[in-house]
Amino acid sequence: MYPDYMRESLKKVERTRPARLKIARSGEKIFPLMSAKEREEVLKDFHPDYKPDSLREIRVGANKGEKITSEVANLLESHSRINPDDFDLSRIDYDTDVLVIGGGGAGAAAALLARENGARLIMATKLRMGDANSMMSQGGIQAAVNPNDSPLIHYLDAMGGGHFDSKPELVRALTRDAPGVIRWLEDLGVMFDRDPDGNMVTKLGGGTSRKRMHSARDYTGAAIMRVLRDEVRNHPEDIQVIEFSPAVELLMDDKGQVAGTLLYNLETEEYEIVRAKSTIIATGGYGRLHIKDFATTNHYGATADGLVLGYRAGANLLYMDAVQYHPTGAVYPEQIMGFLITEKVRGLGGQPVNKHGQLFVFPLEPRDVETASFIRECTERDNGIKTPTGKVGVWLDSPLIEAISGEGTIRRDLPAMYRQYDRFEIDITREPMLVFPTLHYQNGGLEINDKCETKLRGLYVAGEASGGVHGRNRLMGNSVLDYNVFGRRAGIRAAVAARKVKLGKLTLDHVRRYEKALKEAGIRTSRISPILLPDYTRPETKSRQLTAHYEGTLR
Amino acid sequence: MRRDRVSSSKENETTQAKLIPVYIMGKRYQVPEDLTIMTAMEYAGYQLKRGAGCREGFCGACVTVYRSADDYKLKAGLACQTVVEPEMYVAQIPFTPANKPTYDIKELQPSISAIQTIYPEVMRCLSCNSCTKVCPQNIEVMDYIQAAVRGDIAKLADLSFDCIMCGICAMRCPAEIVQYNMALLGRRLYGKYLSKKGPYLEKRVEEIKEGKYEQGMQELMRADRETLSRRYDERDIESG
Repeated sequence: MYPDYMRESLKKVERTRPARLKIARSGEKIFPLMSAKEREEVLKDFHPDYKPDSLREIRVGANKGEKITSEVANLLESHSRINPDDFDLSRIDYDTDVLVIGGGGAGAAAALLARENGARLIMATKLRMGDANSMMSQGGIQAAVNPNDSPLIHYLDAMGGGHFDSKPELVRALTRDAPGVIRWLEDLGVMFDRDPDGNMVTKLGGGTSRKRMHSARDYTGAAIMRVLRDEVRNHPEDIQVIEFSPAVELLMDDKGQVAGTLLYNLETEEYEIVRAKSTIIATGGYGRLHIKDFATTNHYGATADGLVLGYRAGANLLYMDAVQYHPTGAVYPEQIMGFLITEKVRGLGGQPVNKHGQLFVFPLEPRDVETASFIRECTERDNGIKTPTGKVGVWLDSPLIEAISGEGTIRRDLPAMYRQYDRFEIDITREPMLVFPTLHYQNGGLEINDKCETKLRGLYVAGEASGGVHGRNRLMGNSVLDYNVFGRRAGIRAAVAARKVKLGKLTLDHVRRYEKALKEAGIRTSRISPILLPDYTRPETKSRQLTAHYEGTLR
Repeated sequence: MRRDRVSSSKENETTQAKLIPVYIMGKRYQVPEDLTIMTAMEYAGYQLKRGAGCREGFCGACVTVYRSADDYKLKAGLACQTVVEPEMYVAQIPFTPANKPTYDIKELQPSISAIQTIYPEVMRCLSCNSCTKVCPQNIEVMDYIQAAVRGDIAKLADLSFDCIMCGICAMRCPAEIVQYNMALLGRRLYGKYLSKKGPYLEKRVEEIKEGKYEQGMQELMRADRETLSRRYDERDIESG
């Protein structure tokens, strides 16, 4: 329930709704799209990435000298969790063809395709299989399937959305494989939304020029992840899943190939050695780093572990200077602060309006532009709505959806959103949601080519951990697509390559070298990475845990 | 009580909330009244390894059994979605060791026989409605079980669609049914075999296989930034 003092503003939203509805129904442009120049200006002035302390130079590793997101630089300029001297690398606990690190969508897709290509494999994951951002995506997956669309138009949309920085071969793979991915998922039994003819229901997303967003109500990610997880579990003879065991360092061999990993059993606190002919990093993103203190839509485990592993072994990062803030995170009620409000709300006709009930930006600009516009509305223009705890947001007028498409649309197409707010006695079919940008996606990551290979032999990366697919700004619906396209590609490539790999003697020398580089760069820090879990213990509690021992954020 | 007004962790910033007593695994802690069970546990000093997942109600990792003050009933919910109440007792159940048989979806028929073979216990449903009453998603669980018993896979798939597979229903079921795994089988059968398929997808997949877009793709990949930028600005945008 909204507090009384917001009533006046809510009334204004109601009063302007009929006029906004009329324009929306007329098929006219509801608000002018920004020109490239206008976009650039609003980004420069209001996007958090452009704040002076957002970036800093990294002093070690493959990207040494480059400016990257400060929080990521801190994470990379950290010590290993382990001392290489403590490990007897001749005592191998698991020997496998392919190792998949991460149990989200990319990991599951990779595992299934690696298996199909003849590999036996291990999937190691920090939490449970399926505990991943993949499970949480709501709005959809892009694929150019409609007759008025094509992979070429999808290519252009993705490139432009990423400000033309994406790697062409990756965007080709993304857009070219997309219809095949939908076909594959359909064949596994994912239930997509369909029209009466059986064709897919498709919607617009921010920055897409065609209706290309396929959905499964607003549980799209869950619908896909549940099926992929179930299918992985149908093959226990070929895919061994090890849960609650994060990877903490890669292993290499004396020929410079990546050769597996060290796993840390979160419960027994033992380390285990996995030797693998091919290693796939599919560890997801970094929302739980709470960059610039933003709330996040991300999963509890999204702590960028894979970036640390790959970087320490010598792989390089791409576009690690671009953070994606999702324009619509919940800002009220407090309990759901930062939660994702799917872009599908705007895809269905929902409009962002300010405290006066005025639409102030085209609802589906690319995410970074939309985000910057929301921040401008709430800061410079002072047209935001303040919450009881001093946060500020704009309205996302969801009742308009029902006015456009008929009563019942929200409960049918946005059941998760309806349920989320209903728990706090807000009926989004009758009242708008209060939203503000929230930390959502890691645009960059470990650089890959279209076979998911990195510069290190034997190391593959897929999904959010990778960099280059989305340039500096990902469009809605391209991440669910990304983890399927590149998960599959990584699985195939890793399995095929594993057939010919001859591993040498295992080593952790790269960890020693990295420690040496930290020292030579004059970096003196107590930081440890990967952090594995975010730190939500209160300082007051910590001050009383007098016999507790913390390794980084882990107790 | 050490202090009566406090601020909590970065994850759930609360400014001036009142503290209330809750019993976590039977032990009393004072926590701000506006926290969820999950953030209250963190506030109390727990570092969660199991029992925390997406923290937005989509993954089913944080099943909590709880009892309200002056109530004999055991309720269940998601720790990330349930706000604490004064004097409530909470315990976490972060893993359900439920049966998940393996199967080859390609070999199955989309009919009652598949369900009877893989999850025969479904037929034992007592219609007691315990599953529906306990579901944190307010899904009509018993109704979809009954649909399965009748062989109505479309209904089973539709009613169970919003399931997050937290497992509370299976723990409550006196007939030992694993509702959520069975329902996923039902949805997969529906998605693969029963939902009507339109022609567009198949056609596009064929076109790509035949290389229809390859030349255009090569041109786009070779185009310089200026050309791409111009073509991007010239796109026509399909109206909503």
